[in-house]
Amino acid sequence: MPTVQFTANLARQTNAPPCEVMGGTVRECLDAVFALHPALRGYLLDDQGAVRKHVVVFVDGTAISDRMRLSDAVNPASEIFVMQALSGG
Amino acid sequence: MSTKLYLGTRKGLIHVERGPGGWEIKRTSFLGVPVPMLLPDSRDGRLIAAVEHGHYGGKLHASGDDGSTWTEIAVPVYPQGEEPVICAMSQKPIPQSLEKIWALEAGGADEPGVLWCGTVPGALFKSADGGASWQIVEGLWNRPERKEWFGGGMDWPGIHSICVDPRDSRHVTLGISCGGVWDTRDGGATWNLLGKGLVADFMPPGEQENPNIQDAHRIACCASNPDHFWLQHHCGIYYSTDAAKTWERIHSADPSDFGFAVAVHPHDPLTAWFVPGANDDRRVPVDASLCVMRTRDGGKTFEPLRNGLPQHHAYHLVYRHCLEVTGDGNTLAFGSTTGSVWISEDSGENWQRLSADLPPVYCVRFG
Repeated sequence: MPTVQFTANLARQTNAPPCEVMGGTVRECLDAVFALHPALRGYLLDDQGAVRKHVVVFVDGTAISDRMRLSDAVNPASEIFVMQALSGG
Repeated sequence: MSTKLYLGTRKGLIHVERGPGGWEIKRTSFLGVPVPMLLPDSRDGRLIAAVEHGHYGGKLHASGDDGSTWTEIAVPVYPQGEEPVICAMSQKPIPQSLEKIWALEAGGADEPGVLWCGTVPGALFKSADGGASWQIVEGLWNRPERKEWFGGGMDWPGIHSICVDPRDSRHVTLGISCGGVWDTRDGGATWNLLGKGLVADFMPPGEQENPNIQDAHRIACCASNPDHFWLQHHCGIYYSTDAAKTWERIHSADPSDFGFAVAVHPHDPLTAWFVPGANDDRRVPVDASLCVMRTRDGGKTFEPLRNGLPQHHAYHLVYRHCLEVTGDGNTLAFGSTTGSVWISEDSGENWQRLSADLPPVYCVRFG
């Protein structure tokens, strides 16, 4: 099953443990995570379900291309990593 | 009298208390995270804080023990799947996603659990369950005039002032930048665009008196006489004695009628305080000399109050939510973009600086 891991920066704000989930796309995998941890959704996605401006999602080391619908494919061995883009001051 | 003061800043919530030796900073919450808005709810003693994670968006937290422990509550969510409005000014689509919680007010004493929340991009949300869930106020959201609103200072319009009538909780008045002054008489089902007499000097001829595009920086009403409103507008100071329907422009401000914040005496509608800046182009105190400006006669005259405030090379700006007065009208506090907070316990005659070392201040509220 694909694994999903989150930056430690996010884990300081809300419950965001590593997960193994079922899914063939990033959207399906993250939806499976959100079913386990509902509060996490609003930290990663905006009100329309797109990836937040300053959040980046990697699949096997490559940033996803579809930040609106999260349709990028994953395979059973994929590692999804969610991190924060650098910003602020 | 109030003995607690809460400061929402760019780097967290700062708790201030008045002890035998005066006002002191006691502790912090959400250190490192911007706190744009706070609500100490006198109905149930809860403290609600909006926090704005740079990466993860705006959230709301509530505390029943004055900030010792916090629980995350629901946050307003914009309607999904609607065609975005194209901003009349920038011609860019206005995002349908929460960018900032910019106003948070308790409903009336007779409606426990009711909360109002104003946001950027401009929307109003209402909770009937203390923030466990939020509903967008469709009666306002669906008004066609909303599509004409635009941002003032920020990219998008925003609702920053929510005044709940102490006589009738169904009567709620809003200030919107830039979307004028609105009210509802039925708890939010239907809305009226108010603001006769307001003039936006910066707009082209023919549009200056359009009530729907007025940049109301901050509106506040007198708690004991709630038909009396004061407005710090982008282009001046206004006073209304008929529940914000019509406004009189006040020309006697000294030293300036530009600013963001206004506080109204809770028992005397003729008394209000402002913190003026020089003008739109120069948003610093006049002559770099900081004052709080007070009228006690309904705007016929103003007096700059300077005792205890820096008078040389002082470049403080005070945002719209950063000037507050207590329920007795005696104690005031204000905080600046350059991280100073001052408190007066004699209606503004004399000021003491709490600290000059704070982050930029976004919100000042007494508990």
